[in-house]
Amino acid sequence: MFSNILIYFVIIPLLMLGGVGLSRNIRQIRAVAVIGSVALMALSTVLLLQYLDLRHAGETAPMLFTDSWTWFAPLNINLAVGVDGISIAMLILSSIIVFAGSFASWKVPQPKGFFLWLLLLSTGVFGFFISVDLFTMFMFYEVALIPMYLLIGVWGSGRKNYAAMKLTLMLMGGSAFLMLGLIGIYYHSAPEGGQLTWNILEIAARDSIPHGWQSFLFPMTFVGFGVLGAMFPFHTWSPDGHACAPTAVSMLHAGVLMKLGGYGCFRVAIYLMPYAAQELSYIFLILTGISVVYGAFCACVKTDLKYINAYSSVSHCGLVLFAILMLNSTAMTGAIMQMLSHGLMTALFFALIGMIYGRTHTREITQMGGMMQILPFLSVCYVIAGMASLGLPGLSGFVAEMTIFVGSFKAGMADYLSGEGSLRLVFTIIACCSIVITAVYILRVVGKLLFGPVYDKHHLELTDATWWERTSTITLILCVAAIGCFPNFFNNLINTTFTPEIFAVLGK
Amino acid sequence: MAITIPILILAIPLFMFFFLGLFGMKMSHKLAGTLGTLGMGSVLVLSYFTAFQYFFSGLDIFVNEAGDRLQYLVFDQTWLQFTEKLVIKLGFLLDPISAMMLVVITTISFMVHLYSMGYMRDHHGVFEHGFQRFYAFLSLFSFSMLGLVVAPNIFQMYIFWELVGASSYLLIGFYYKKPSAVSASKKAFIVTRFADLGFLIGILTLSWYTGTFNFTELTSVPVEGLAGVTQVNIGTAESIRNIFATSAAPTFMGASVLTWALVLIFMGGMGKSAMMPLHIWLPDAMEGPTPVSALIHAATMVVAGVYLVARLFPLYLMEDSAMIIITVVGALTAFYAAMVACVQVDIKRVLAFSTISQIAFMMVSLGVARPEYHEGLGYMASMFHLFTHAMFKALLFLGAGALIHAIGSNDYTAMHGLRKSMPITHITFLIGCLAIAGIIPFSGFFSKDEILSSCGQYDILVYLWMSLVAGLTAFYMFRLYYLIFWWKEHVTPEGHHAPHDQPWTMTLPLVILAAISCVAGFIPFGNLVTWNGEPYDFMAHFDWSVASISLLVAICGIALATVMYRKENELPAKMRRALPALWTWCYHRFYWDELYQFITHKIIFGLISKPLAWFDRHIIDGTMDSFATLTNKASEAIKPLQSGQIQMYVFYYLIGALLLGGITILCLI
Repeated sequence: MFSNILIYFVIIPLLMLGGVGLSRNIRQIRAVAVIGSVALMALSTVLLLQYLDLRHAGETAPMLFTDSWTWFAPLNINLAVGVDGISIAMLILSSIIVFAGSFASWKVPQPKGFFLWLLLLSTGVFGFFISVDLFTMFMFYEVALIPMYLLIGVWGSGRKNYAAMKLTLMLMGGSAFLMLGLIGIYYHSAPEGGQLTWNILEIAARDSIPHGWQSFLFPMTFVGFGVLGAMFPFHTWSPDGHACAPTAVSMLHAGVLMKLGGYGCFRVAIYLMPYAAQELSYIFLILTGISVVYGAFCACVKTDLKYINAYSSVSHCGLVLFAILMLNSTAMTGAIMQMLSHGLMTALFFALIGMIYGRTHTREITQMGGMMQILPFLSVCYVIAGMASLGLPGLSGFVAEMTIFVGSFKAGMADYLSGEGSLRLVFTIIACCSIVITAVYILRVVGKLLFGPVYDKHHLELTDATWWERTSTITLILCVAAIGCFPNFFNNLINTTFTPEIFAVLGK
Repeated sequence: MAITIPILILAIPLFMFFFLGLFGMKMSHKLAGTLGTLGMGSVLVLSYFTAFQYFFSGLDIFVNEAGDRLQYLVFDQTWLQFTEKLVIKLGFLLDPISAMMLVVITTISFMVHLYSMGYMRDHHGVFEHGFQRFYAFLSLFSFSMLGLVVAPNIFQMYIFWELVGASSYLLIGFYYKKPSAVSASKKAFIVTRFADLGFLIGILTLSWYTGTFNFTELTSVPVEGLAGVTQVNIGTAESIRNIFATSAAPTFMGASVLTWALVLIFMGGMGKSAMMPLHIWLPDAMEGPTPVSALIHAATMVVAGVYLVARLFPLYLMEDSAMIIITVVGALTAFYAAMVACVQVDIKRVLAFSTISQIAFMMVSLGVARPEYHEGLGYMASMFHLFTHAMFKALLFLGAGALIHAIGSNDYTAMHGLRKSMPITHITFLIGCLAIAGIIPFSGFFSKDEILSSCGQYDILVYLWMSLVAGLTAFYMFRLYYLIFWWKEHVTPEGHHAPHDQPWTMTLPLVILAAISCVAGFIPFGNLVTWNGEPYDFMAHFDWSVASISLLVAICGIALATVMYRKENELPAKMRRALPALWTWCYHRFYWDELYQFITHKIIFGLISKPLAWFDRHIIDGTMDSFATLTNKASEAIKPLQSGQIQMYVFYYLIGALLLGGITILCLI
């Protein structure tokens, strides 16, 4: 069991949990968090290198490092693991965000409890990304969701009880759909009389789910994961939840947890039910297309920094699901890149907002101004994050968005010319409009918050970022720039996953 | 050709950006400025060398046996692979226009770097706050602009197009404590972003049909030359013509897809080049420091739109309707901006509108260029005007900067009669005005004359219209000149220094640029830059009748300005009273800004964003909340059933038992 590298992605967070539990003071807790998250980053790097080596050596299996350990034989539940380029990208993203998040919560009150729940959440996230068994995947998914309730309810601010309850209930509602969908998939995972299985790879290879059932199960799973991916109209937990959550939780939640939604939609809904994905994608295409512009328009008039960023996440995550539904490899690669990009830059945003809020005790942009003169480091970082968000070349947002637009335009034109309607094309153009609206709300915030004269004289006494805050933000900025400057590396990592075999499964 | 030099041309400014941006604050102002200027100086030398090599070395990669200039791809590196065919590459393409642009950009950029050493400090010689940042941004801009012009594919152009937009944003908002500068920078970015949306969709359409981003594949045909060297002839679009001819001529709303793609791409160009109705950002962009206005908003970035059309010129030639749109947009903009420039008070605004008008000249020139008219003279004239305009407009802006620095105001009413106290500025400014007005032998005369010649061959109406604009140009420039340097004697306000010429760092660029403006007209541009690389002697197309008429028009404009503004008199006020409506509309720039203000604030914010946000909070979220409230209410409603009273439970039990018993009996019966 321990010879498989993947299992350590769960073991390390669990060890960290134990370490934090045994720690006696905040210094020890910090040490555990930092050492653990560095170990996770190192582990994901090693995994990446090994994966690339194996691919280089000609491995063509859809997933590598696969392994399976029986957990509950009567229902054929296994702890099955395996990774491809997409999951590796997600693992790298998660480890970076956990690292940055640990530094961002350097001075959190009641650190022991906080880190315990945070690490439990991380365990769930890592477990989710390495699983290929629907049951364990769902279990890890729930493990990642539940701690949010306590993290927001105890360490949050503002209307935290309301927000925590709302977030948990809405996501649980999504899980209910999801669970139905997953059980349905399980019962149709084999032709009559065959051995039923939860294993994604086996189900995909068999492709045995009847088309009628697919049309029923696809919406179930897509909505179930879509709730977590902030799909319109199930996104309203996101603004309230983010607004009340403590910094590191917002970072992890927007940075990684929302990616569970997009990843799940791809890995379960579309991968396993390609027929329904083609037949029904138009419904979700409309919903996600609306998300993209709707979130951006809402962000234009909000005045609370976290609300603005939460709506911006609705817009950007909408683009992820939108691109997945285009069902071609370019757009899907773009979707995964957008997940990486959004994860990093939104974590950066939330980290910066948390740092500014920690100093000014307000998040209202009408109550602040001229931060560039007071907090130059944080302000410059904020400008960089904003530029990444509005898609400046050289930072991650641009490459992700362009890949998506090229891919979806291709899908749209193909539909249009073959007489299948112009829905994809029209929504692609609508989604393109988001680049303008994004610029509007980003520059509005930058102009009001950072530039102009100092609004509040008391703010003049504030001090700029401390070393741990710098570590957190610089790490994220470097990653954002790395994706933006060398996109082809990530592109190839992800792209190779969309092998012809997968598109044979997808029917394209 | 060695690959090192082109790489250095791009790498040095990028390195300077990071170096000054990260460590600038730790070094002295002077050191940072000197390093930035030296960096740019070395890029200048390398670019001149490259351009010289391209034009004059006669190597068979640059020119074929017939003497036609060729496109040469120095390097091309895969950056992002979308599909097997659609690949974004980063590369360096040398051809006549990119070589010319290298010269323009590095010249102006170096002058501005040098000039800013003097400009960016106050009267006591203390450097401005953020001086190092200024140089870092200037380097970033130079890098982006150079990357834009050497782009071998349209997506690289788009990438650097966005980067120049961002550096322009940063530089306009350089004085970030000033709210007006902040909103001007925001406006510039958002308006050009909106235009870029069209550009992006145009690129997507074009690349979908042609399967390539590559300019060489889009606009030229590779030919096997001597010794197996693949030579790329410029200026044909045969392969593309075949694609659009064979794909059953797809149309959309009555126009062919290619027209749509080209018009959308032109929309991007309209945004950057401030064509009406997307021009509104440029006058506001004057909030930036004056050297920035000279570099970005007069000489380099704003001509990117012209450059884009020139790049895709063979494609535009295929669609006459797109060319007509370019001509009409250009002609209207040229006239509009010239009218507005006649009444503005702020000298930088006058120059800004004059820039818009002059860029429109270049656009018109491209729009009317056809191979059958004077061998495509319009294309060459446009590029020639781009070159000369960059020099004299940068000169005018830097001169205006010297005036503003000396007076401390942008307003000509604070200036008047400065000819004696600032002689160098006066003479160089006068040369700039003569050049833009088109007086022989200054550079503007030659380039403008060729534009008018090609207009004349295309359509007499366009010719008359553009001649009128040329006359207006001469008028408003000399109005500005007289109001600054003549009108009445200068009175120094109490407590101010008397105005005087600026230090050498500021006057030297003025003198150099003035010298270039005097002689640039004699460059045999027809031998260097033509639409298909075939050199010709443009004097063969020189038409003395056109030249004398345009000279006459310019002299009339200047004469009128002399009568009205040389000495303080009542004439301007009388004119203003005679035509109050026209004056007001011009002064308020035909209320474009108010219109945009209305659209953005009232419609986009008021009628879309705010209702959507309300809808989100109250309807969508309200529904979600009401699920929770309903659950709570339902729970409240059935709570009394669990009262804890044994009697009630027994009562319910009995009722239930009776009901079940009844049902059982009913079933049995």
